[in-house]
Amino acid sequence: MAVGVRTQDLRKTYNASPPLAAGGLIARGDAKGGKPPKVQIPALDGLSLEILPGEIFGLLGPNGAGKSTTVGVLTTRVRPSSGQAWIGEHEVWREQALVKRLIGVVPQRPNLDFSLTAREILVFHAAYFGIGSRQRNERADALLEKFKLTERANQMVRGFSGGMMQRLSIARAMMHDPQVLFLDEPSAGLDPQTRILLWEIIREYHQAGRTVLLTTHNMEEADALCQRLAIVDHGHVIAVGTPGELKASIPGGFLLRLRFGKQTAELLQKLQALAGVREVRATDGTGADIYADRGGSLIPQIATVAASSGAELSDVHISEPSLENLFLHHTGRSLRD
Amino acid sequence: MNWKTFGAMLARDAHVARRNAIQLFMQTFLQPLLFVFIFGKVMVGSGYMPQAYKSLLLPGIIAISMVFTGVWAVAMPLIAEFQWTREIEDRLLAPIDNAWIAIEKVIAGMLQALVAGLVVLPLAWLVLGRGVQISVGTPLTFALILVLVAAFSACGGLALGCSMDQQHIGLMFSMVMTPMIFFGCTYYPWSALNTFPILQKVVLVNPLVYASEGLRAALVPQFTHLPLTAVLVALLFFDVLLLFVGLRQFEKKAVS
Repeated sequence: MAVGVRTQDLRKTYNASPPLAAGGLIARGDAKGGKPPKVQIPALDGLSLEILPGEIFGLLGPNGAGKSTTVGVLTTRVRPSSGQAWIGEHEVWREQALVKRLIGVVPQRPNLDFSLTAREILVFHAAYFGIGSRQRNERADALLEKFKLTERANQMVRGFSGGMMQRLSIARAMMHDPQVLFLDEPSAGLDPQTRILLWEIIREYHQAGRTVLLTTHNMEEADALCQRLAIVDHGHVIAVGTPGELKASIPGGFLLRLRFGKQTAELLQKLQALAGVREVRATDGTGADIYADRGGSLIPQIATVAASSGAELSDVHISEPSLENLFLHHTGRSLRD
Repeated sequence: MNWKTFGAMLARDAHVARRNAIQLFMQTFLQPLLFVFIFGKVMVGSGYMPQAYKSLLLPGIIAISMVFTGVWAVAMPLIAEFQWTREIEDRLLAPIDNAWIAIEKVIAGMLQALVAGLVVLPLAWLVLGRGVQISVGTPLTFALILVLVAAFSACGGLALGCSMDQQHIGLMFSMVMTPMIFFGCTYYPWSALNTFPILQKVVLVNPLVYASEGLRAALVPQFTHLPLTAVLVALLFFDVLLLFVGLRQFEKKAVS
């Protein structure tokens, strides 16, 4: 039976920068000379999630949003300051060894055992999970084949490319056939071909009735792969839903990012009055974001309105409904910022 | 406790040790070999040291060899695995309590330390030939001391390996290991410090003192040495202390 994942009001504050296990991406506040002061960095700020058994769920957010820390808490590597987390019926911090049996983890950065060959990595991993000798050898061969690593099976992983290491990390996480598979930025640094192979494998694993939780800041990936998504920023969830639902929640759907020579309140009012415009937001001194239900056909009117207000339209960028726009709408920041 | 997982992790370490056998061999043998050669053969042969020094020196060399190997075998992989390759994460996600992963490292380190200690005996016999007067009066005491010394070396490696930053490895050896060896009654018996009463008291915080003196008591009882009971109690104390500190530091590293 498939296993779900749940967190309730998770909070985590790091003293100084978060460790590598959680991505280690938040800047460190070192003081000049002497001991760096203890900097309190909030990574999770009341994060609650419910991931249904057997779904592919995505955590989408920019670097430092708390995605990796969430994965760290759910995989016993980060102790939450408060709050609770469950894998199925098991509370992560009370029943660690049991929880570890249910999960497979693909880390953000490769952590392969450099003293072993690719095949040995898989076989020893299965041995840690108490899988019998014949079964673990068969499974290792099957996964090496599936991840196109058979030819390199008996080589030390030290010389592997980033993509190969990533593939082997995923194969390793699948060796003990975990009920819940965690993938932290699985396709970062992969070439497009390998990414598609990876997506296929994730879908196939999911079809076998497994739950998959992945983190990404790649909208395309979230859109293509996830059945439901949570958009995370500053350590809490700002929106949850299917990619379709989330995109539909953007006013209008289209986003026009405009830039003017100068921008006045009068101009913003005129823009708001145009047919099809749902929402106008001023951005810094010279720009405006317009959420509208049409895109390019609005431009001539915008140009006319701008000219009549004495502001020349200097730059236009139109984007269609996307998770990127959704993120921008909720946070005022681009995912890539 | 999950014995299958524990056994598999030991098997992994044994497999890696087998693969690196030659490197490990050099690492373990070369240093005691040179010690025995210079101090036992050259210094005694040239008449700077009396014949008896050969026998007095041997337990000290065994102690150094064990402590160096035990600390190195546990600390170095831990430093690399936690901070650089992060490959320990694979074992941290195995279905077993984190403390057992640390204990597995200690057991593997102890085995290496025991081998490193025991090889000194045939080595010394080879290099020094006759003139080494050792007698294992009570093999059980000798075995017990070896195990206790191996344990404090490996537990010390755990504590150091989980407390040191990668960039401080050199410092660890120059600031911790070197003074420990020179003030560890390895090249001289503790009684030789009678003329330095303060130093004689201070060195008692050094666990290596009990290792050298204990092995002296077990192998060359003809020389004055610390009472066996004191040695056993002290070694046990350091084993427990370093294990406790090591496990705490390990947990700190494993979980953020």
